[in-house]
Amino acid sequence: MSSEQERFVTDTTKVGSETRDARIGASGTDNRFNSKLREAFGSSPFILTKFDRFMEWVRGSSMFMLQFGIACCSIEMMHTYAVKHDLDRFGAGVPRASPRQADVIIVPGTIVSKFAPRMKRVYDQMPEPKFVVGMGSCTISGGPFQEGYNVIKGAEEVIPVDIHVPGCPPRPEALVYGVAKLQERIANGESSPVTVKPYELEQFSDLDRDEVVDKLAEQIDEDDLVMRYNWADSP
Amino acid sequence: MSLEESTPETVEQTTAEEIDALLGDLVIDRDDHLNAPGFVVRPDEVQDTLFRLRDEAGYDHLSCVTAQEYEDRYESIYHLKKYDDPTDEVSVVVPTPTDDPVSESAEPVYRTADWHEREAYDLVGVQYEDHPDLRRILLPETWQGHPLGRDYDQDRPQIVPLREHANPLQEDHQSDAGDTMFLNIGPHHPATHGVLHLKTVLDGEQVVDVESDIGYLHRCEEQICQQGTYRYQIMPYPDRWDYISAGLLNEWAYARVAEDLADIDVPEYAQVIRTMGAELCRIAAHMLAVGTFALDVYGDFTAIFMYAVRDREKVQNILEEMTGQRLMFNYFRLGGVVWDLPEPREDFFELIRDFLDDLPEALEEYHDLISANEILQVRTVDTGVLPPEVAKSYGATGPVARGSGIDYDLRRDDPYGYYDELDWDVPVEDGCDNYSRLLVRLREVEESAKIIEQCVDLLEDWPEDERTIQSNVPRTIRPDDDTEIYRAVEGAKGELGIYVRADGTEKPARFKIRSPCFSNLQTLPEMSNGEYIPDLIASLGSLDIVLGEVDR
Repeated sequence: MSSEQERFVTDTTKVGSETRDARIGASGTDNRFNSKLREAFGSSPFILTKFDRFMEWVRGSSMFMLQFGIACCSIEMMHTYAVKHDLDRFGAGVPRASPRQADVIIVPGTIVSKFAPRMKRVYDQMPEPKFVVGMGSCTISGGPFQEGYNVIKGAEEVIPVDIHVPGCPPRPEALVYGVAKLQERIANGESSPVTVKPYELEQFSDLDRDEVVDKLAEQIDEDDLVMRYNWADSP
Repeated sequence: MSLEESTPETVEQTTAEEIDALLGDLVIDRDDHLNAPGFVVRPDEVQDTLFRLRDEAGYDHLSCVTAQEYEDRYESIYHLKKYDDPTDEVSVVVPTPTDDPVSESAEPVYRTADWHEREAYDLVGVQYEDHPDLRRILLPETWQGHPLGRDYDQDRPQIVPLREHANPLQEDHQSDAGDTMFLNIGPHHPATHGVLHLKTVLDGEQVVDVESDIGYLHRCEEQICQQGTYRYQIMPYPDRWDYISAGLLNEWAYARVAEDLADIDVPEYAQVIRTMGAELCRIAAHMLAVGTFALDVYGDFTAIFMYAVRDREKVQNILEEMTGQRLMFNYFRLGGVVWDLPEPREDFFELIRDFLDDLPEALEEYHDLISANEILQVRTVDTGVLPPEVAKSYGATGPVARGSGIDYDLRRDDPYGYYDELDWDVPVEDGCDNYSRLLVRLREVEESAKIIEQCVDLLEDWPEDERTIQSNVPRTIRPDDDTEIYRAVEGAKGELGIYVRADGTEKPARFKIRSPCFSNLQTLPEMSNGEYIPDLIASLGSLDIVLGEVDR
C-alpha cells in the first residue's frame, strides 16, 4: 500500500472528519475535485453572488423540456433525446409530458391554422419563466410550406421564440447547439423578454366587424376565443 | 423492366368490355386513364355502379377518391382495385355541374369513402348526398371557401375558434347505456404520435365512441405539389409526407407516377439502388414504429425505445452516406437517382454488411424485450381486433392489413423497381390484433434485410462501365393535356398512391395523394369501441400513423 492510501479510514466515526480532511488534504484538493468550478472559487470554498445571478445559473443548468412533437423535426428531436446525442448530458433533457412541468418548449414542425391556437394554449400553460426553441425552417418561416393556404408563417406569429435552429430538419447536433446556446444565454441573464405578439387569442365579439366576422356570427359564440389570420398581411 | 405496364398475370383480369357489359346503361361515357379504364356515370347512380362493381366484379378495394374542379364541372373519381390483384383496376368518374356539385355518396358501399368524401368536400367543394356526416375534416370548421377549388382567394382572412374543452363531468347522451364521460386525447399528447385529437366517450373505463379529429398538420401538400414543376420541384416534398425516415419509399411513389406519366425509363442499376435504399428506409420506419409502440404500451422510454433508436441511427448513417442527408433525402430523380453510391464503394458496402450482420442479434433482442414479453402480450393479444372484412371495407393496407391476414403487398402484387427479381416473402399474420401488427413489422424488417443483402451482392458485382444512374430525361416535362394516372407503391405504412392530371404544362393540374395512414386511421373506432382506454392507445400505436401523411 502506498502512503496516500493509508489515510483512508473505514471507521464510521472517523469518516466524517478524517476522510474529508484527507481528501481536501494538506497537499491541496484531490484530483477528482479539481473542477473548473473549483478553480474559479480559488482557495476559499465560498461564493458571493447576487441571488438573481445564482438563479439564472440554476435555471440554465436544469432545463425541463416539453415533450412536444409536431412534424418531421420531432423525429430528429427524439433522436436528440435518445442514445448517441443524449440531450440530458447538458442538463437539459428529460422530456416532460405535461406543460405544467416544463420550462422549455421546442417547437418542432409546421404550425397550421388549426393547430396554432392549441399550441398557444399549451405555451400559456407552462409556468414562468419559460423559453421557446424554434426548431426547423417551418417554425421559423413556414419553410417549404410557406405558400400553403393553411400554414402559419412561423411560430413567432403565435408565441415568442428565443432561439431559432435552422434546417429542414436540423440535425440533432444543431438542436443540441441551439439548446446549449439557450442555456448559456439564460445563465448569463440574456434571455429575451416576451416582445412579439402579433396574434393574440381574443374573444369573437371583440373582433372588428367585417364580412367574415358577420358570416360567422351565427356559428360562433360571442365568448369563444378565436384566432384571426390575416394572410395578406402576414410576412 | 418492371416499371413498364405490367403484363396480365395468370389471374384472370376483368376486361374493360366485361365491365362495360356489367354496368350496362349506367355508363354514359368513357374516360380512360393511363392506369385503368374509366367509366363515367351519373351523379345519382354512384351507389348502383359501385355495388355492382364490388359484388359482381369483385372490386373490393376503394383505394382512393379524387375530386377536382374543371372549368365546366366538378369531378369525383373512385379508384377501385382488388385486394387479390391490385393491377386489376377500374375508375368510376362522376361529373357534377359547377352550379350544383351534388353527387351520391359511396359510403354505404365502402366505409372508407366516409373520410375521403369529407376531404373532397373540404378541399374541393363537392357535396355528397347520403353521406352520414359531411363536415370539414382537415380545415377548421369555420374555414371560408374550398382551397383546391378554382376561385379560392388565398389572401382572405380566416378565423379559427378555440373552444373550451367540453366539461368532462357534464352529462351527454351519445350513448344510451348509463352516464358517460367525454375525454379529449390530444392534440398535444405523448401517445397520439403527433398532433392528433381523439374525442372519446367513455363509459367507466371503456370506450363507447371515439372520433379522430385530424387536420392539425394539414400542410397543403397537394397545393404545393400543384405549384411545382415535374422535373425537380416536387421531389423534395414526398420526403415530408411520411417523415419517419420513409423518405425514399415516398419519393418512389412520386417517381413511379411521374415516370409512367411521362414515359421515362429507369436504368436497371438505378432500380437496384432504389430498391436497396427504399428497404433501408422501411427498416428505419419500422424501428421507430416498434419503439414507440412499446413506449405506448408500457411507457418504456428507457430500454426498448433506446434500442430502437440505436438501430435507426445505424440505418440513418448508411442513408446519410448514400444521400447526403439524414432525414429528408431527396435522392430520387425522375429516371434514376441523383448520384451514384459513395466512394470508396467497399467501405459503403461494408457499412451495410456490418449493419445486416448485427441485425439478427438486434431482432433477437426485440423479440426478447417485446414480443416475448408477458406484459406486452397480455396488453396486445386479442385487443384492438380488426377482422379482415372490416379492414378491407376501410381500405386498410400495409402492416395493418397484413396483420389482419390480408395477403396484400404492392411490391409483390404490382411489381416495380427490382423487387420481382429478388427472393423474399410477404409476412402475413392472421391474429387481427395489436400483437399481429407488431409481429408483421418485426418480420418485415427481416425480409427487408434479405432484400438489401441481395441488392448489395448485385451492386458489388456491377461492371463499372454499366453504372448508369439516370436515363435521358427531357429538361422540361410536359405530359399531354388531360392525361390522368393513378399509381401506388408500398410505403412503410401501406399503399401510397398518387393521382396526377396533366394539363399540358410543366406543372400538374391536380395532384392527389392517397396516404395509407389516412385510410388506416379510419379503422380506429372499429378496433377500440368497447375496449379499455389503454387498449385504445395500444391500437392507435399499432396502426403506426404519421400525422404528416394523414393530413398531408
